[in-house]
Amino acid sequence: MTRALPLDSDDADDHSAPPRSHAGGSVAGAGSGGGGTAMRIIVPLQGVVQGRGGLVLGSLIPCALFYFLQLYLKRNRPSSPSPSPPSPSPSSSNLSELSAIPRSLSRGLISPRGSSGRASLSSRGAAIARPDDCPYYIGFKRCVDDPYHPSSNPDGIMQLGLAENQLSLDLVRDWLESNLKESFPGDKETGGLSIRGLATYQPYDGLMDLKMAMAGFMGQVLQGSVSFNPSQIILTAGATPAIETLSFCLADPGNAFLVPSPYYPGWNRDIKWRTGVELIPVPCRSTDNFNISIAALDRAYNQAKKRGVKVRAVLVSNPTNPVGNILSQETMYGLLDFATEKNIHLISDEIFAGSTHGSNKFVSIAEVLDAEGFDRSRVHIIYGLSKDLSLPGFRVGVIYSYNEHVLAAAAKLARFSSISATTQWLLVSMLSDTKFISEYLEINRERLRKMYALFVGGLKRIGIECTSSSAGFYCWADMSKFIRSYSEKGELKLWDKLLNVARINVTPGSACHCIEPGWFRCCFTTLTEKDIPVVVERISRITESH
Amino acid sequence: MARPPSPESAGEKENIAQTRPSGGGGTAMRLVVPLQGVVQGRGGLVLGSLLPCALFYVLQLYLKRKNRSSPAASVSELPAGIPRTPSRGLLSSKTSTGPAPISSRAASVAGPSDSPYYVGYKKCREDPYHPASNPNGVMQLGLAENQLSLDLLRDWLAENLKDLALDGEEGNLSISGLATYEPFDGLIELKMAVAGFMSHVMQGSVSFDPSRIILTAGATPAIETLSFCLADPGDAFLVPSPYYPGFDRDIKWRTGIDLIPAPCRSTENFSLNIATLERAYNQAKKRGIKVRAVLVSNPSNPVGNLLNRETLYDLLDFATAKNIHLILDEVYAGSIHGNEEFVSIAEVLQTQNFDRSRVHIIYGLSKDLSVPGFRVGVIYSFNEHVLSAASKFARFSSISAPTQHLLVSMLADSKFITRYVMQNKKRLQKMYALFVNALKQLGIDCVKSPGGFYCWADMSKFIRPYSEKGELELWDKLLNIAKINITPGSSCHCIEPGWFRCCFTTLSEDDIPVVIERMMIVINKHNDYH
Repeated sequence: MTRALPLDSDDADDHSAPPRSHAGGSVAGAGSGGGGTAMRIIVPLQGVVQGRGGLVLGSLIPCALFYFLQLYLKRNRPSSPSPSPPSPSPSSSNLSELSAIPRSLSRGLISPRGSSGRASLSSRGAAIARPDDCPYYIGFKRCVDDPYHPSSNPDGIMQLGLAENQLSLDLVRDWLESNLKESFPGDKETGGLSIRGLATYQPYDGLMDLKMAMAGFMGQVLQGSVSFNPSQIILTAGATPAIETLSFCLADPGNAFLVPSPYYPGWNRDIKWRTGVELIPVPCRSTDNFNISIAALDRAYNQAKKRGVKVRAVLVSNPTNPVGNILSQETMYGLLDFATEKNIHLISDEIFAGSTHGSNKFVSIAEVLDAEGFDRSRVHIIYGLSKDLSLPGFRVGVIYSYNEHVLAAAAKLARFSSISATTQWLLVSMLSDTKFISEYLEINRERLRKMYALFVGGLKRIGIECTSSSAGFYCWADMSKFIRSYSEKGELKLWDKLLNVARINVTPGSACHCIEPGWFRCCFTTLTEKDIPVVVERISRITESH
Repeated sequence: MARPPSPESAGEKENIAQTRPSGGGGTAMRLVVPLQGVVQGRGGLVLGSLLPCALFYVLQLYLKRKNRSSPAASVSELPAGIPRTPSRGLLSSKTSTGPAPISSRAASVAGPSDSPYYVGYKKCREDPYHPASNPNGVMQLGLAENQLSLDLLRDWLAENLKDLALDGEEGNLSISGLATYEPFDGLIELKMAVAGFMSHVMQGSVSFDPSRIILTAGATPAIETLSFCLADPGDAFLVPSPYYPGFDRDIKWRTGIDLIPAPCRSTENFSLNIATLERAYNQAKKRGIKVRAVLVSNPSNPVGNLLNRETLYDLLDFATAKNIHLILDEVYAGSIHGNEEFVSIAEVLQTQNFDRSRVHIIYGLSKDLSVPGFRVGVIYSFNEHVLSAASKFARFSSISAPTQHLLVSMLADSKFITRYVMQNKKRLQKMYALFVNALKQLGIDCVKSPGGFYCWADMSKFIRPYSEKGELELWDKLLNIAKINITPGSSCHCIEPGWFRCCFTTLSEDDIPVVIERMMIVINKHNDYH
């Protein structure tokens, strides 16, 4: 703590330091009134504002003043976010002498290298290196460390916080067992394995074969209501990099997206961490069954504008996560109108498109665009195989965009997030097996439906109501009557009890930026039917004590 | 005080612009009075800071508007309450508002590539040479991909692919380790296997700790992720040049970090020079740029040099003196074809008492195992904070689980790996010798290099004028007349014109005479002309 603030020592031999401190003095020390320096500024300033200065002086002077001010403020801010390294000067002056010393084995002991402190991380790196404080990740980690197993670890923590579908893994396994060998490309000349298509460099944004298979799969998931164009697909290593890459393309640092809340907690990492894009939650309310309100979007847009923040897109999930709603066509028209009116982009995250379990039919934004004469170039769809095909381990995400510039940029940015060729070929083969896919989709929906009914029924018996939802791996449960103080604090207390006493990990609404306390997202697809009574019994221990 | 600037009204700039010539209109006076107060010391800190701030803001707006053909045209006159009909899209004037703008960073990325490195690469993709089916196609000597040992890999895969991941209970496919969410930064089994492989290719001189490994989907995201961790936008890395052209994309595109080339010279055999680094560092500092790291490839790309122990010590000294990070890109560590011994920075750190937390190694399987299609990169860091941040950033670039399991079993097959590394080295040696000798017969000398898939060829006597322009003219002729894609030195930020990187590992032995014959056409033309 007593160590000199690193910023200062770093500036010790910095050539810009003198004018910097000088400027700080002239702004802060204006009270001294009309020293030589001050006069040198005053005279041209008067000229400027009285109209004799011209554009150059009129712009340069305030510019310089503002610059110095920024510097001044930075230096005086107590908790500088990126503490830079302590003084390097002692050793740097020695360097030229040092390099003349013949190298010996004991060299490291001679020079005082270890004493100059550690090189610091970037401020973004340092912020992220810190331990998580979001309940979503804390709970996740607890489950990883101490996972429940009915026989080997019956007191472990049950994972209801991760939207992973384990209901249909047996179908995927069976397919792999019988098709793995034949999935890899053959060589026409030798008849063996075509190593060139597998080991060598492939297009970063995905094999055309997989894009075609993916477009077919997406069409199949939507039961043929839309046909997708493979050339509008960019493949990435999961939906997480898909949304990040798209964000890099649509917005610059300091810009913002409007996001109806509650929203998927991961977006705070996916989008905010590296792109510098802000997320502005636009609250949906329980009285509206958490449906999107265009009026609220409009309000948030105007507020952002007032603050000088440029909104570049609206980001919605459909089916929604964490609620599980399906957007109506009316809502989508409203969103498209809104985006058009504000001339911003519209991102529709449809990764749960095929994971519906209710009677409401899912309609993709692509279908709406097919029917209406909207400007498509502002619409982008996020998709992936993690949810609808239960293959999160394969890391396959999709950007489906109607904007050729976005496609061109995203194809190049895909270098940072490509899918390995082995996995791509495996998937080409799997997705092209349309018989398997349609069987899988149907059975999976059936199992989802059954588990959803069982789980929601179980919660209902202990007095917990869920919003009626039609899709997703979770239900959105109202536990507000079990929280002691009707606030985020009360909600987190209940979450903590559920995690540590009942040993159940669920996601509190506050992690999803829900403004009403007491709501929780509970994923039921990581459970077996036998687990449900255990979960219900564990939760009831907490709610009854209340 | 002056009214709050609203970004909407275009009148803002006129307001300022008009007041100036009119000299002391109402608005101007409202500004003058407090301004005078400020500078004469009666204003206090708040006024003194707010006023220039506001002025600057307005100025920015003004400049922005002037420079840009305002992409976000306002469309607020739209009717809001028309009932929905199928023909709605046609009714409303929506389509006339123009497309929503994309980000400025994407706009620059989306444009067509003008770097010869990518132009040539694209030409090869579109019209690839094949001795039988496309004998007039473009030959790819611009891509550092090793195809010399693909047969070994194919044989292994053909043999073992069917057993992939069938290691679950009772011989069933262990699906939950394959399909479900796995740690973003890689399976621990693969980290252990990769640590073993790294140690193996470095001939056991170092042992690597699996817990210091972050796995990413290729070395490209590895270097980007590391850059995100080490520097903020506007900061810079020092990079001895010529350097790998891909760094400009890998690092500059999204992280906002600048690369400052520190030129190496042919007179020193393009070896790294600490004095040059020092000079570049001081210049950057003078410009107010914060240098956060030195980034060096070893074996160097595009030259193929190895850094000796002395240089590694000097680099560590330099990084320590400046208190900055040191990044060693060692992706070619196992692709040595010369007699010199490769020394990893990890080995130097083992023997000497340096502060390790500033040292980071980039590795991958694309070069040494010839599996770029598998997309496997490694960040090996001695800094726990970097490891912690990078493991979280790995969510953006994970390797798919089937590939990870495949590699675990491949790397665990030590008999195969030993044979592969040995054979591959022999083949590299042979091709390097054949290729460099063939060039020599053409009068083209290469820097003597012990590592990598390429040689660094001096064609300066064939360029006219002796400048980057002359170099690019020769490159263009080689690409379009000789139909040979190589990488010009200028793409690698080499300051001396006339150097080219030629990769020889994408060729077969039969291709070499074809390459030479094609080059001869361009070179002889040059000789005839003189």
